Amino acid sequence: MILITLLALPFVAALLSFILPKQAKTLALLSSAVAVLITLYLSMHIAEGAIAVSQAWLPDLGIQFALHADGLSCSLSLLTALVSFLVFLNLNNKEVPKEASFYSLLLFAQTGLMGVFLASDAMLFYFFWELALIPIYFLSSIWGGENRIKVTFKFFIYTFIGSLMMLAGLIYLGLQTPGADAFSYHALVAVGNSLSNTQQISLFVLFFLAFAIKMPIFPFHTWQPDAYDEAPTSVTIFLSALMVKMGLYAVLRWLMPLLPEGIAYWSNTVIILSIIGIIYASIIALQQTNIKRFIAYSSIAHMGLMCAAAFVQNDLALHGVKIQMFMHGINIAGMWLVVSIIENRYHTKDMNALGGIASTMPKLAIAFVIISFANIALPLTNGFVGEFMLFAGIFSSANPNHVLYMVLAGLGVILGAAYTLRMLQKVVFGTTKSSQAVKDLSINEWGVLAIVLSLIIALGVYAKPLLTLTSF
Amino acid sequence: MILIITASIIGVVLLFASFLLKQTSSLLHLVTVLFAAMFGVAIWEALQPTAILTQSFYLDAIRVDRFTNQFNVLITCCLFLYILLMKKHIAAVGKYKAEYFALIAFIMVGIFMLSSFNSLLVMFLGIEIVSIPQYILAGSDKENLKSTEASLKYFLMGAFSTGFLLMGITLLYGATGNFMVSEFNFLQATSINPLALGGVLLLIVAFGFKVSAAPMHLWTPDVYDGTPTPFTAFMATLVKVAAFVGFMRLFQTSFTAISSSWSLVLSVVIALTLFVGNITAVFQQSVKRMLAYSSIAQAGFMLFAIISLNAIGRQGMLVYTVAYSVASICFFAILIKMKDYTYDGFNGLAKKQPFIAALATIYMLSLAGIPLTGGFMAKYYMLKAVLFEGTYMWLAIFALLMAAVSVFYYFKVIIAMYFKEGEAAMVDAFTKEEKLYLTIGAIMLLIVGVFPTLITGSI
Repeated sequence: MILITLLALPFVAALLSFILPKQAKTLALLSSAVAVLITLYLSMHIAEGAIAVSQAWLPDLGIQFALHADGLSCSLSLLTALVSFLVFLNLNNKEVPKEASFYSLLLFAQTGLMGVFLASDAMLFYFFWELALIPIYFLSSIWGGENRIKVTFKFFIYTFIGSLMMLAGLIYLGLQTPGADAFSYHALVAVGNSLSNTQQISLFVLFFLAFAIKMPIFPFHTWQPDAYDEAPTSVTIFLSALMVKMGLYAVLRWLMPLLPEGIAYWSNTVIILSIIGIIYASIIALQQTNIKRFIAYSSIAHMGLMCAAAFVQNDLALHGVKIQMFMHGINIAGMWLVVSIIENRYHTKDMNALGGIASTMPKLAIAFVIISFANIALPLTNGFVGEFMLFAGIFSSANPNHVLYMVLAGLGVILGAAYTLRMLQKVVFGTTKSSQAVKDLSINEWGVLAIVLSLIIALGVYAKPLLTLTSF
Repeated sequence: MILIITASIIGVVLLFASFLLKQTSSLLHLVTVLFAAMFGVAIWEALQPTAILTQSFYLDAIRVDRFTNQFNVLITCCLFLYILLMKKHIAAVGKYKAEYFALIAFIMVGIFMLSSFNSLLVMFLGIEIVSIPQYILAGSDKENLKSTEASLKYFLMGAFSTGFLLMGITLLYGATGNFMVSEFNFLQATSINPLALGGVLLLIVAFGFKVSAAPMHLWTPDVYDGTPTPFTAFMATLVKVAAFVGFMRLFQTSFTAISSSWSLVLSVVIALTLFVGNITAVFQQSVKRMLAYSSIAQAGFMLFAIISLNAIGRQGMLVYTVAYSVASICFFAILIKMKDYTYDGFNGLAKKQPFIAALATIYMLSLAGIPLTGGFMAKYYMLKAVLFEGTYMWLAIFALLMAAVSVFYYFKVIIAMYFKEGEAAMVDAFTKEEKLYLTIGAIMLLIVGVFPTLITGSI
């Protein structure tokens, strides 16, 4: 019941915002605040056992409405609720025309995301996977930047092709298990494991394509910088903090248990692609002058590291991935919030035109520096906990090339520090380039950033609650 | 069986109705009542306790089984929706208002024959009863050269394909000495009579013409474009679906045992249809032509039901009937109101008519096969049917890639409506009644998308 509430809450709020357009913001804030509380409550009680609901839906097709929450689902639902709350809190009604539709589409996207993280029936998972995409498509296309239509369409087509491949794989798997609940998690795991080696290897390609495009993994990443750049910042936060996690989550939740032999066969390829992605994206980030594209590339590098760690097949690394998904969600949301504030003040994304924020907006500068440090995983920030586990995991894995992988991926961290500090130097320090007077953070903005900062520090110093949560 | 008789009577009544009813409005009332009656009879027939059994009529030339009844209910339901949405526009096409409706009723007779034949002769009769009134409908806008051209083209190509059909039937008769499809007992592919094989291939070609499968599709865009829009909506949806049902009925009952000798040909036809339909649709400027090519593309998916030869394919056909017909008919009902049939004509519709734009979005999402709409479920069943056979993974993946291509042209409409500035000039406004029917169409699509088992039942 509690899981259905989590899905119904944003959905009902989204519908209500059409009826009560003036109250859209209140509705969105209220529903996401309640969602945060519910997910927190769930997270605290998940140790007592996973929660599951299942309802008959289309028994003839083997599809049921089944939700299941364990530690990983819980932590990502918590992240979804939290990030949505921050986005709604940060949104200023004046920024977007027709704000009621904006809020309701974001709420629909939130519903889809929650569903993806909670579904335990593969077809239901697929439905939510697509459901999360449609509102994002409309949001970016209506409220985005200049090239929004083309860029968003590219993003849509990319991810849609991926999803369709996953659909083919799912139907194929579902056909192997005739019976009432052909698509339920357990049935699929059983049938996936029983497939022959070659079948698993080819099915892996179908599924992984969908997930790799979503994450995105090199060379499927080309939609991402454009989409992040053109989408309105609130949507970018949804995309980068939550939607890309869908890909990784799907690998952990579905792909790994389903097709172990496929994973074993492809793992080296995926790790190599991820590492190429890390280094490639880092080098590009080093050259970027557009601050939004810069964050986009740094995000590709981070996701690459997580994906590489997920595929070394080591418990510590896997646990690290689960942690880092949450941490990266918080950090990247923080980054985008700061960038949106800067963009609102200076109306530019060009790093060369910015500078001297430390003197004009000291409060923002402090927040920005802390969030950036978390992004390069400095100790005592939350980024460190996850990244440490990722590296330790890769290093101690049984993979014969683990040292090489570790060293190459480690290069990404060094490059990460380099590009982040370079960006900070340009944007925060140096001389003020623009002559216009700007105000420092408003109370509202300060409140939003304070939540992010306190999470960064708190989880950096004491990450145990999250460690225990994700171990269930 | 009673349905065939009812439809014939309705046709005859309508033919004479214009003598008695001088006013258009009273004619339209009569039309609504009669087609509602047809829908009612279809439901009544399907609810008979004997409806689940197979009944035969006329020396077994017609067999009404459960699938027939289910299909008849769905197709008359879609027809009723079509009549409700389009009756005003049909009456506005030309002078002989009542005749158009009468011809539609006669086409329905042919459709019911296609869903219930057991003899090749009845099948032939059904196809001709469906086709000949269509040639007239295509040319019904007599002042318009394009309409006349469409009619002539359609007639010539139709006559051509009829030749193939007859030759195919003849060869099959020569090989088996029989017209009854249920009594062709081909045992296995190796011992197949070359005459019969030739017959089967000619039938694939003939049906390929009727369902506009590539490379027999070349008439489709011109004919659909030239035909008055209300009749295009009819031809591209209900008639096409009915031709598919006939195609499927013939191949699933008679040629299953020898499938290995024709399935390769058909799979190539499917791949070609999907490719040509989708890729060409991307480059169209006119939405009406785009819909013509999209109907070819959708035909590619519907052909899955024929190649897969299983019950899932039959269920998929039912879902496709509703999902494809309703979405297309409703979208045509919107298109017909637009002044400009190009994509640019839709620019800014969302600002001017937010409700209509939202409905049009649902139809487009459904045609593109986005989950939770009927279009997704239709594609889902078809993919499942074809994957069930086990050997067609390549075809399924190719179809899915092409489905991704289809997003290009369906979403162009959404992009024009929502993200572009423009006037979206309309010929006349939507009445409340029309908005209601359009909403019903959208709700039907969503219901089929969430609960497809409501219409597939358990065959």
